[in-house]
Amino acid sequence: MTVRHFSIGGMSCAGCVASVEKALKNVEGVTSSSVNFAEHTAEVEGDYLPESLIKSVIDAGYEAALLQSEEDTAEKEAAEFEHYRNLLKKSFVAALVGVPLFVLGMSGLLPDLNNTQGQVIWFLIGIATAFVLWFSGGHFYTGAWKAFKNHNANMDTLVALGTGTAWIFSMVITLYPDLVPALARHAYFEAAAIIIALINFGSALEMRARGKTSEAIKRLIGLQPKTARVVRDGKEVDVAINEVGLDETVRVRPGEKIPVDGVIIDGHSSIDESMLTGEPLPLEKNRGDDVVGGTINKSGTFLFQAKRIGSETALAQIIALVRKAQNSKPSIGKLADKISAVFVPTVLIVAVITFLLWFNLADEMRVSYALVTMMTVLIIACPCALGLATPISIMVGVGKAAEFGVLIRNGEALQTAGKLDAVVLDKTGTITKGQPSVTQINAYSDWQQSDVLLYAASIEKGSEHPLAEAIVNAANDKQISLHDASDFKAIAGHGVFANVNQHAVHLGNAALMQKNNIDINVSINDAQQLAEQAQTPMFLAIDGQLAGIVSVADPIKDDSAKAIQTLHKLGIKVVMLTGDNSHTAKAVASQLNIDEYFAEVLPEDKEQKVALLQSQGYVVGMVGDGINDAPALARADVGFAIGTGTDVAIESADVTLMRGSLNGVADAIAISKATVKNIKQNLFGAFVYNSLGIPVAAGILFPVFGILLNPMIAGAAMAMSSVTVVSNANRLRWFRSTVVRQ
Amino acid sequence: MDLLINSVGLILIAMIIWWFWMSSPKAKVVDAQLIDILVEDGVYSPANIEVPANQQITLRFIRKDASPCAEKVIFETLDKSLELALGQPTELSLNIADEGEYGFTCEMHMYRGRLIVKAK
Repeated sequence: MTVRHFSIGGMSCAGCVASVEKALKNVEGVTSSSVNFAEHTAEVEGDYLPESLIKSVIDAGYEAALLQSEEDTAEKEAAEFEHYRNLLKKSFVAALVGVPLFVLGMSGLLPDLNNTQGQVIWFLIGIATAFVLWFSGGHFYTGAWKAFKNHNANMDTLVALGTGTAWIFSMVITLYPDLVPALARHAYFEAAAIIIALINFGSALEMRARGKTSEAIKRLIGLQPKTARVVRDGKEVDVAINEVGLDETVRVRPGEKIPVDGVIIDGHSSIDESMLTGEPLPLEKNRGDDVVGGTINKSGTFLFQAKRIGSETALAQIIALVRKAQNSKPSIGKLADKISAVFVPTVLIVAVITFLLWFNLADEMRVSYALVTMMTVLIIACPCALGLATPISIMVGVGKAAEFGVLIRNGEALQTAGKLDAVVLDKTGTITKGQPSVTQINAYSDWQQSDVLLYAASIEKGSEHPLAEAIVNAANDKQISLHDASDFKAIAGHGVFANVNQHAVHLGNAALMQKNNIDINVSINDAQQLAEQAQTPMFLAIDGQLAGIVSVADPIKDDSAKAIQTLHKLGIKVVMLTGDNSHTAKAVASQLNIDEYFAEVLPEDKEQKVALLQSQGYVVGMVGDGINDAPALARADVGFAIGTGTDVAIESADVTLMRGSLNGVADAIAISKATVKNIKQNLFGAFVYNSLGIPVAAGILFPVFGILLNPMIAGAAMAMSSVTVVSNANRLRWFRSTVVRQ
Repeated sequence: MDLLINSVGLILIAMIIWWFWMSSPKAKVVDAQLIDILVEDGVYSPANIEVPANQQITLRFIRKDASPCAEKVIFETLDKSLELALGQPTELSLNIADEGEYGFTCEMHMYRGRLIVKAK
């Protein structure tokens, strides 16, 4: 039986509660349900599919969403700590028996197996060791057996076979010493116990180190407050976070965390969103502005209306996205996966071949040699280091990127981002603030500046283009009453046409004027000068005659120049795309030291420009707003969407930059490079460890150097190999933002 | 004696190849929509599950193994992954249209399972 909580939308009266309850109970597997009208939530128990339940509620005319509460981090950590302690306890018990036996054996204080008294003592030692193997190593044997039944073999198989063989052989020669020559009568009980101790100890250390790899996700989960102060029936009450309903009014006081996403309905404040976006400065928020769950209210008190709750909040989506990316693998790790899949059975075969070679080629000690080398091969092989090499680095790298407000969609994007050698930047909203304003108005013939602004704003009134918005805002600021426009036509990449106040009005670039045979010679010098100042001049023609120029400029973001400089330092060519004329584009490019620019690019041509660079051999990253640039982002090897605030649902992008700064691109590339380097180190280490360790364990050094590896040293090496991989990945935690490094 | 040991060794190698690479365990045919999978002792139980194509199914993983190895389950070909909370059921709903075998593993490929999707 599972109990889940859902938010229910669209309930307006108590009658709706009955309808929703009926819809819930109609779902197969639901055993009980209760709908809370005040909270707009439902608690549903049973064995049912959440999707079926949501569909049933929607079919009944309401809205439903699963409320997912993050698992209690403290509870998880407590369980992990318990497991860690358990592993240490098992390791200690095994060492308590194994180490004294080893010391006594090395000191020659243990009897040999050539007499009955010695056999009895060794038999008792064997029984004690059996207890150790059961208590400290029981999980290896159970796991190995269960895996075997499933035609599978894993690390447990190797440990169980290695130590099990040692114990069985030792017990057999304890009971029947005459089966082997006198010199080969050596029991390996202590080796089995010490190997179990070492591997448990290694697992405990690995667990400790792995806990640190998920710090980033723990930090994100920790941002979610546990309670919210909601206004119900005119009173403010504290409720659990998953009891906040859609559209409920929530009070936030200074210093408190905002519980869910919503819109401010009363009051204002400055809000610190750095924990989600990496943006260091608090943002001023007023009535009508969005607020995001998990961010901190710095100064004022305000009321907001909850608009996204549970799994729909930006924070929940960020956590889900980071987790998904952490679990994905880049192609660099595929080879290791293929090897991992056949690794253990291959090692089993190598172990049998090793046994047979020593058995057939060695002298009278051949049984001992064959057994020890086989056991050592089984113990030294470490599939875990190989399997961990890639995912553990991805886990830390993707988590670290999230700390800088960089959301990497998957491991492949991370790998490719490290290879980029050209980055294409869309000018508006990426390099510039995307909030253009009117900077100058020129009037020609008998027209006044106010007329030029009046007609320009009247024609643009219905347009959603950012430049249009700037012109309308300028007219509003001057309190100019606008005319209505009719027969409005937008001519992509050129401008607009409409009839305004019984005049035919064109507003747009020089190409639009030429196309309509409008003479603009008188204004050409003015337009050129404005363009050279990185402004966008737009010609206004009334009834086929030039009336004026409206010049609009979009200020460059404060940190764009620095970010482009950082990209250059990373060896990356920076290319700018803009719909502006070449004079404006050139002015911006030279101001920011941009390597190449494409001016007068129509929105649909952006993709072609990316393809052009790719055809020249560049690995291209495209940076845009994720909406107008979707085809170009998809065409690029890595698409970066500059989000606004915590806009995480940008599907077309491989990387979402929650902070609206180009520095995020440099951060994403730098951390990708660092992560791929880390993966390569791990893979190299794991491959070299196994491909050198296994032959050495098999005794390849013996014919020349007379060296045979002790199985206990193999156990220590195996235990440390995984720890080394995890510790190396943990180094990525110290990665610093490119801005900080400068 | 030598002949016996060598023969046993060679038979062992043949058996390893056959058991781990050439034969597959019988899949558990499941018609229910909700399938419980226990994550314990290095194996998924059941590890081999046959389900019908084009049918909504929910896999409910119940993790009993506290080691970090058991923490994640990854369906690589389906581009899905789950983090398994210890002792609590974690669910994944799927509706697979194409017949075939879809493997799922822990991140180190030590835990392994297969979803065998067949037309009804």
